[in-house]
Amino acid sequence: MNKNDNLGFLNIDTSLYQTRISNKFLNRKPYTPVDHKIILSFIPGTVLHILVKPGQAVAKGDDLMILDAMKMQNKLKCVMDGTVKSIAVKEGDKVSKGTVLLELE
Amino acid sequence: MPVNKKIRELQEKREKVLLGGGEQAIEKQKAMGKRTARERIMALLDENSFNEYDLFVEHDARDFDMDKKSLPSDGVIIGSGTIYGAPVAIFAQDFTVAGGSLGLMHSRKITKIMDHALKMRMPLIGINDSGGARIQEGVNSLAGYGEIFFRNTISSGVIPQLSVILGPCAGGAVYSPALTDFVFVVDNISKMFITGPEVIKTVLGEEISMEDLGGARVHSEVTGNAHFFAMSEEECFDQIKKLITFIPWNNSQKARAFEPGEPKPEYNINKIIPEDPTLPYDVKDVIRAIVDNSDFFEIMELYAKNIVIGFGRMGGRTTGFVANQPLEMAGVLDVDSSDKAARFIRYCDAFNIPIITLVDLPGYLPGVDQEHAGVIRHGAKVLYAYSEATVPKLTVILRKAYGGGYIAMSSRHLRADFVFAWPSAEIAVMGPEGAANIIFRKEILSSADPDGMRKQKVEEYKTKFANPYVAASRGYVDAVIEPSETRKFLMHSIEVSENKDVSMPYKKHGLPPF
Repeated sequence: MNKNDNLGFLNIDTSLYQTRISNKFLNRKPYTPVDHKIILSFIPGTVLHILVKPGQAVAKGDDLMILDAMKMQNKLKCVMDGTVKSIAVKEGDKVSKGTVLLELE
Repeated sequence: MPVNKKIRELQEKREKVLLGGGEQAIEKQKAMGKRTARERIMALLDENSFNEYDLFVEHDARDFDMDKKSLPSDGVIIGSGTIYGAPVAIFAQDFTVAGGSLGLMHSRKITKIMDHALKMRMPLIGINDSGGARIQEGVNSLAGYGEIFFRNTISSGVIPQLSVILGPCAGGAVYSPALTDFVFVVDNISKMFITGPEVIKTVLGEEISMEDLGGARVHSEVTGNAHFFAMSEEECFDQIKKLITFIPWNNSQKARAFEPGEPKPEYNINKIIPEDPTLPYDVKDVIRAIVDNSDFFEIMELYAKNIVIGFGRMGGRTTGFVANQPLEMAGVLDVDSSDKAARFIRYCDAFNIPIITLVDLPGYLPGVDQEHAGVIRHGAKVLYAYSEATVPKLTVILRKAYGGGYIAMSSRHLRADFVFAWPSAEIAVMGPEGAANIIFRKEILSSADPDGMRKQKVEEYKTKFANPYVAASRGYVDAVIEPSETRKFLMHSIEVSENKDVSMPYKKHGLPPF
């Protein structure tokens, strides 16, 4: 078989199988646990208003930002009691899904 | 008016409409490397077989100065013809007329030929080349799409539906192809997406070319939306014609039988599989060693390569093949390969095509990404599809058949009609290494030489369980056969399954995990 180029090994149930490894598998993102202190954009859009300042004390349920996306003004709510550590965006910024918007502590 | 004058009048009217959007627009189409809609139909159908309908249909839109615009045939050609003598209904959008945009009458022409195809129980081929909805016609154009999607759904599983993407197919328009059985794409010509690069750039600031967003390669390798990839329109038409020879005209018939032919001797079935179950080989060589003339017609060749699907013939009869591919990702089942296999199994079942399953897999792909991507519900599709299929189901276990993978791959327990295993088969709850580590954990850990003990126990397990005879002793395997006997056993099984008749409990429809 001259198709043996690019062969690697895949571990299934502690056996190593010689095989081609797909790009999808090679490019998969390693898992990182969710950090609730970091507020990410849950949808691509534009930062319309920032309602808090760094150092400000916030409570669970407070509005942090308004994200304009899909013709809706989406309120980003605070998920825990704490303090705003830093704000990573400014009003008018276009953000893609998963962009860090704000960090709490 | 004398008759011949009237005939000439018809000829003149025809000639005018047959030019479509006119010479300039045709030149533009050619500059993009594309044929015109009519040329495409002629290239695809048998010579002189095309009967065109609704040539003189025109729109009656009035808003936005539409009443001053004449759009020949309203930008779509419909009719019927034959491919190798098989009847097909066809529509082809004409990009040279208002960018092939879909207005009300354009959609009515398409739904007319769809209704015709369903009523006459013949395959439908749609050639898509359209800028999308005709905005000037507003909600009428949306209604048109909805009527097409509805018919795609109702015809699904009754007549074969083929979609050929030979230009842009964007926005809602993509859902017609997505609802059909097979989607054909051509490199650099086909473009499919819900939201185009411009919108993505405006809204998100992300820049991407049309080709990278929704080109032929993307849909063949990444999304799984397309089933056949070609480098040119010509190659694409050859694929369509070949597919038509493998499938029946509708769900109450069988595919046409062809003259049987022996596999080519260069595919030596005794020499394909390495004995060591961790070493790869190309399972397509095994298929080619079994099918008539070694002619295997693969579907979704570039997507989820760890499972192979496609058509071949056994004794002249169309047969669907599903095979684990040890050469790619060790042949594991994962989200994408489960999706790919399950849909194909259901296709074969809907159109009376027997299924041969070749098994050699170590199990499911481990990983957080797989679990979070829903490998449970996607994997369940394979079990569902095999269990509900009532066409003849034949299984050959070539080598590994471990754990859940063994059950899923058309096992006796999901009502395979015939299960054969090669002497190299290892039908077990898991691979010998994993099994020995669990069963002999205490012995291994308490041994003065754990590695030596592990090796010894793995060997013990291999000798005792890594074979086809335990499963054969329970009747889960009908026969352990030599590789060289495979074709003979399969041909006989298909022959005796000719009148297979099983009944299922009444239901409106099941709830497959999609």
